Amino acid sequence: MSEAAPAPTAPAAPAGPVPLREIFLTFLLIGATSFGGGVVAYLRNSLVRAKKWLDEDQFLEALEISQTLPGLNATNMSVIVGDRLRGPWGSVAAFLGMTLPGAAMMTALGVMYALHKDHAVVSSVLVGVGAAAVGLLASVTIQVGRKQLEHVLDLSIVAATVLMISVFHISMPIVLLVLGPIAVFIYRPHPKRIHLRRRHHGHDIKPAD
Amino acid sequence: MDSSPPYLSILGVFALLSVLAVGGGAAVLPETKALTVTHFHWLADDEFRDIYGLGQLSPGPNMLMVIAIGYWVAGYPGAALAFFGFFLPSSFICFGASRLWNRFEGSQWRLAIQRGMAPIVVGLMAAGTVSVARVAIEGWITAALALAVFGILLARKINPAYLVAVGGVVGYFFLV
Repeated sequence: MSEAAPAPTAPAAPAGPVPLREIFLTFLLIGATSFGGGVVAYLRNSLVRAKKWLDEDQFLEALEISQTLPGLNATNMSVIVGDRLRGPWGSVAAFLGMTLPGAAMMTALGVMYALHKDHAVVSSVLVGVGAAAVGLLASVTIQVGRKQLEHVLDLSIVAATVLMISVFHISMPIVLLVLGPIAVFIYRPHPKRIHLRRRHHGHDIKPAD
Repeated sequence: MDSSPPYLSILGVFALLSVLAVGGGAAVLPETKALTVTHFHWLADDEFRDIYGLGQLSPGPNMLMVIAIGYWVAGYPGAALAFFGFFLPSSFICFGASRLWNRFEGSQWRLAIQRGMAPIVVGLMAAGTVSVARVAIEGWITAALALAVFGILLARKINPAYLVAVGGVVGYFFLV
């Protein structure tokens, strides 16, 4: 992609409003190419490095919001970044771009699956994909856990969550209502702990390479 | 099975999952399976595994698999309801909350919530792994495949999509 004029290098300060079409196409490209999860790396490459719509700090702030609120990182990021660039319509453009390729593919695969579910090739391939996905899920869980957990207390909350969900089959709203307040109480504001929490700020994301 | 398609249930289930998805897609997997397989019997175990696998084969978020679940249950309207049910509530919450976010800048309680929720999210992701493993691991080949992918991903920085594709190829040749 070539730039028409040599723009003055002002990082993360786009001159004038970004066209909605460009927002849509940028997220469409991310939505169409981000296979295998890990959409954060794709987002950073595009939004921070290529487009320079956000600097690293703004990216991390948006990511922190995305991770804290309900919803997926990919779509929450599209909503937030779209809004920062062009308000509500920017959000809509970014969200549609992010979800359209995968949604079209899932619709097509869903229709084909309903027709050919019992075909031997379909089921054997999907059994293999499912098994690989278990390994992927486990590794992502370990990687996120290694980054975020530092106390024995953390591990006991992890264990309590797994026990309640996987062993006792307690429904998720109840688990959140019971464990959420307990966990937040454990980490309630306390002068001595502030710097400890801050220590990890900005380091909780793995580099995108 | 009821004769009329359960449009309202589809919308309700996925809207609930949307607001519950505090830790992202993997963290909401156990509840997705509990509701669609155990509670509503929309899918059998192997169908849940298959559709989760389809989500791995599509670009973008894996949870777009809700479209295939919706389609499976109630055709194209079901697919649309599952999509909007799962993605609109959290997106609206995100839109509103991110605009208010800076008012809570530096709030000690915001940090406490983020810090306290982190181990719960990891626990939910572990439970998500367990819930998919229960329907996807069915013998030593699938177990070995899952372990191999797990080990490779911890040892090497490699796009998981390649390993998922390899899993499909292994399945094609060695699994029935």
